[in-house]
Amino acid sequence: MKHEITLTINGQSVTAEVDSRLLLVHFIRENLDLTGTHIGCDTSNCGACTILLNGKSVKSCTYLAVRADGAEITTIEGIAAEGTNHPIQQGFHDQHGLHCGFCTPGMIMRSIDLLNNNPNPTEEEIRWGISGNLCRCTGYNNIVKSIRQAAEEMQKEKETTV
Amino acid sequence: MIPANFTYHKASSLKDAIALAESLGEEAKYMSGGHSLLPMMKLRFATPEHIIDISKIQGLSFIKEEGDLLKIGAMTTQTEMEYSDLLRSKYPIFGDAIKLTADPSVRNVGTLGGNIAHGDAANDQPALMLAMRATVIAEGVDGQKSIPIDEFFHGFYMTALEPTDILVEIHIPKASKHSGGAYHKVERKVGDYATAGVAVYVELDDDGVCREIGIALTNVSAVPMRVDRAEELLRGKKITDDLIGQAGVFASEDCEPTSDLRGSEAYKRSLVDTITKRMLNKALERARQ
Repeated sequence: MKHEITLTINGQSVTAEVDSRLLLVHFIRENLDLTGTHIGCDTSNCGACTILLNGKSVKSCTYLAVRADGAEITTIEGIAAEGTNHPIQQGFHDQHGLHCGFCTPGMIMRSIDLLNNNPNPTEEEIRWGISGNLCRCTGYNNIVKSIRQAAEEMQKEKETTV
Repeated sequence: MIPANFTYHKASSLKDAIALAESLGEEAKYMSGGHSLLPMMKLRFATPEHIIDISKIQGLSFIKEEGDLLKIGAMTTQTEMEYSDLLRSKYPIFGDAIKLTADPSVRNVGTLGGNIAHGDAANDQPALMLAMRATVIAEGVDGQKSIPIDEFFHGFYMTALEPTDILVEIHIPKASKHSGGAYHKVERKVGDYATAGVAVYVELDDDGVCREIGIALTNVSAVPMRVDRAEELLRGKKITDDLIGQAGVFASEDCEPTSDLRGSEAYKRSLVDTITKRMLNKALERARQ
């Protein structure tokens, strides 16, 4: 059975017909061609498919597309203007927060939610905060540094705009 | 992995959801957060023909104290509980458990009601509910009913809920001046189910005598279980180190673990003994504050 859904993705309104069983990650990758969101384990363990759904990090392999009707979704493609980096992207760049890069979009989307809830996290809070996102290259140390750098940058940005 | 074919229905109200469930029959399942049900559907362990989405129903997401009760709406997410000032300050047992439940992104979607209604002894909230002597409020064809938590869990994935019933609210006796709870589970890695877990809730009188106690276990029995023998041992007494030691032994003897990838039966019994003692001490420390 097909359902019509309308949602906002990276600021653009999209209307589509979807099957009941279509997973949100397949909708994002295959229907919308936004392939920055990855499929890793497909069992809600690895976090490669993490996106923001109404501002909260969600594993899109474990969410039905039809349930996203009316939602506001942000994927890795939508976090910074063309040619610029989000502070978290810049952090991963500067601190070598990635090797192969497969987990990176999910890590960054999860980190956005983490820093929204806790703008100045300790190392331990960062490690717990990204505990649902697996990286098999870095050993996490540089990812933690990347998020720390981003937290400091975003704090500074906030202070200068106030 | 894509789940088997089913038909999705969005419920806009409780009445709407129950009417849908009644007309669709036994092959329909309610879905709230869907973070237990959808993985099972993807693995084809569950193949419902109809999914009734109850996550869009308004008014089922709240945490409040009212009269003698702490009331939590069934659709409250684990994240909402994690960041609740009320739970953080007066019911830290929730923080203990939630930090160890799945991971932050799963907790953004997973709900309290779903965690309980799923009827899985591996989930963390059932042990908390048993320890705190919760009452489950459900809405069904014949209106609202309350189910004491001790009558709620019937078997593996089986609860007192009829197919058309929706768990709408949890009622827990309000924290008193000298009450405290604690929870811990041993897990192999973040996001895993418990190898073993123990929830303790204790209420003392002004003289430090144990007025009421709840001790319940995660994932060491087919059905979420209460350790009656250890509770009887401690109720009405001043809890000493010797009694705590004995309660740990009772819990380890009475649980019903099976050997599996998470560990042998003997290892799990040993874990239950150790965690029970530690959580009794932690709950007592909180109750005395």
